[in-house]
Amino acid sequence: MNIREEMQKANRLIAQIGNFGLQLLWFILHLSVSTWYFLLDLAHVVESYFISSGLMKSYKALNLGKLRYLAIVVGSEEAYQTSKVIELLQWLEAIGVKHVCLYDMEGVLKRSKEAILEKMSNTTVFQEADENDKLLDQKHMMLEFASFSDGKEAVAKAANLLFAKYLTSNNSSEDQEGEIFTEPHLTEALRAVGSGGPEPDLLLVYGPVRCHQGFPAWRIRYTEIVHMGSLKSMRYGSLIKAIYKFTMVRQNYGK
Amino acid sequence: MKKDGRSRINWIFENFVTFLRRCTFRVLSVGPIPEHIAYIMDGNRRYAKKQNLIEGTGHRAGFLALMSMLKYCYEMGVRYVTIYAFSIDNFKRRPEEVQSLMDLMQEKIEGLMEEESIVNRYGVRVHFLGNLKLLSEPVRLAAERAMVATANNSKAVLSICVAYNSTNEIVHAVEKACEEKWEEISLLNASGSGYGLIGLECIEKDERENLIKLIDIEKHMYVSVAPDPDILIRTSGETRLSNFLLWQSAYCYLYSTPVLWPEIGFRHLLWAILNFQRNHFYLEKKRKQL
Repeated sequence: MNIREEMQKANRLIAQIGNFGLQLLWFILHLSVSTWYFLLDLAHVVESYFISSGLMKSYKALNLGKLRYLAIVVGSEEAYQTSKVIELLQWLEAIGVKHVCLYDMEGVLKRSKEAILEKMSNTTVFQEADENDKLLDQKHMMLEFASFSDGKEAVAKAANLLFAKYLTSNNSSEDQEGEIFTEPHLTEALRAVGSGGPEPDLLLVYGPVRCHQGFPAWRIRYTEIVHMGSLKSMRYGSLIKAIYKFTMVRQNYGK
Repeated sequence: MKKDGRSRINWIFENFVTFLRRCTFRVLSVGPIPEHIAYIMDGNRRYAKKQNLIEGTGHRAGFLALMSMLKYCYEMGVRYVTIYAFSIDNFKRRPEEVQSLMDLMQEKIEGLMEEESIVNRYGVRVHFLGNLKLLSEPVRLAAERAMVATANNSKAVLSICVAYNSTNEIVHAVEKACEEKWEEISLLNASGSGYGLIGLECIEKDERENLIKLIDIEKHMYVSVAPDPDILIRTSGETRLSNFLLWQSAYCYLYSTPVLWPEIGFRHLLWAILNFQRNHFYLEKKRKQL
């Protein structure tokens, strides 16, 4: 009995040492990854400095023709730093971006809408009616504010609109099923419930991880998603680089 | 004799590599392992061009890469894998290209049902997700046969998205939710307890706007056979989602790697998982918030 107990104890000890060894290896692995990211970050800071000081000529002339609509996703904790958001918007205005959508999951930015608009002169809030107003395009920057409720919940509301149509068509015994549930109809229904903004060309994610955090799914079909790091360490040079890289992208749209 | 020696060295080398890989998995398992990984297999045509191969061979090389990646995922314990095989937008390509892709797909689907295929080795249940009515008859039949043949496998799940588009999926889910609600109301009406709901006259305005709930739509999504993805890997350096899993990727780590799909290997998966583990805590927190 004693020998068996001793053997079991020995087994358990070996297993524990083995586990500890694995955990140590895992920790070392992640430490190396973190070191790598730290060095990468340093390189980015240097690069960003060179770009903002205008030393890199290729970034000087940005062709903004392709960038009609820019969206920014901010982590909700960082969205409370309204001053940083305003600074970012001022940089975008300086670069010449005309339409910006600000998104954060909880709607913090929506609540700070007044504060942001106050500090930003020459900006208006995006409304459906203004879409065709060319005059506004030239002088003002149009801002849109979105949150999680403009994504999945908006689709549910739009579904209810389509359901009402479906009921009426069923009642009048016309076979219109194929014509009610189509993509253009859902787009229209989304617009009717107030969540029908245009599709962004570029989405910048300011947060710890590259994740769009529930940005309205209907609008990001072909959007380029770029991770910019956290909001508090945002850099002008990185912004320029992200926009420049976007202008170099070529899309096939599936073809 | 020489050939024997060389093949023996190859065998030893392969087994050594497998051993190293298993060790790496053991170490990785100390941290969280993703439950669901999704792949956008981009770059097959560019690979064929780069290697000066005939057009179409890139996709075959891509298929081999897919088999290795699936093997690594299932070995590591990832239960759900979803791949973007063919988009509705891809139907816009030249008809010969579409036809050769369909032929390749049919060939590979039939291969999956054989005994020694990866599907049977790892107990994988296969689903084909998308608007299958858009596929040609032989491919659709092969897909349905594969789904039936693997219906009893329960260790892992492979979801192959063909003729799939996220926007199409959302519209389809809304349509099915509406049809289901209609049937529910019809039944209530038939049993006399509907109070004329069909006419919509007697319901309060608020109730009318809330007949279809989010949960009704979500259960009709094609991809509801799996939980939301934890990592979405796109190869060949593109940073967009191209209408893939837009709805389900709200809290998903989007990993983009510049390597072309046929060249993807274990080290890319390793890097994706390490990054996932670094950010897992933050993403879980976000997921629980809403």
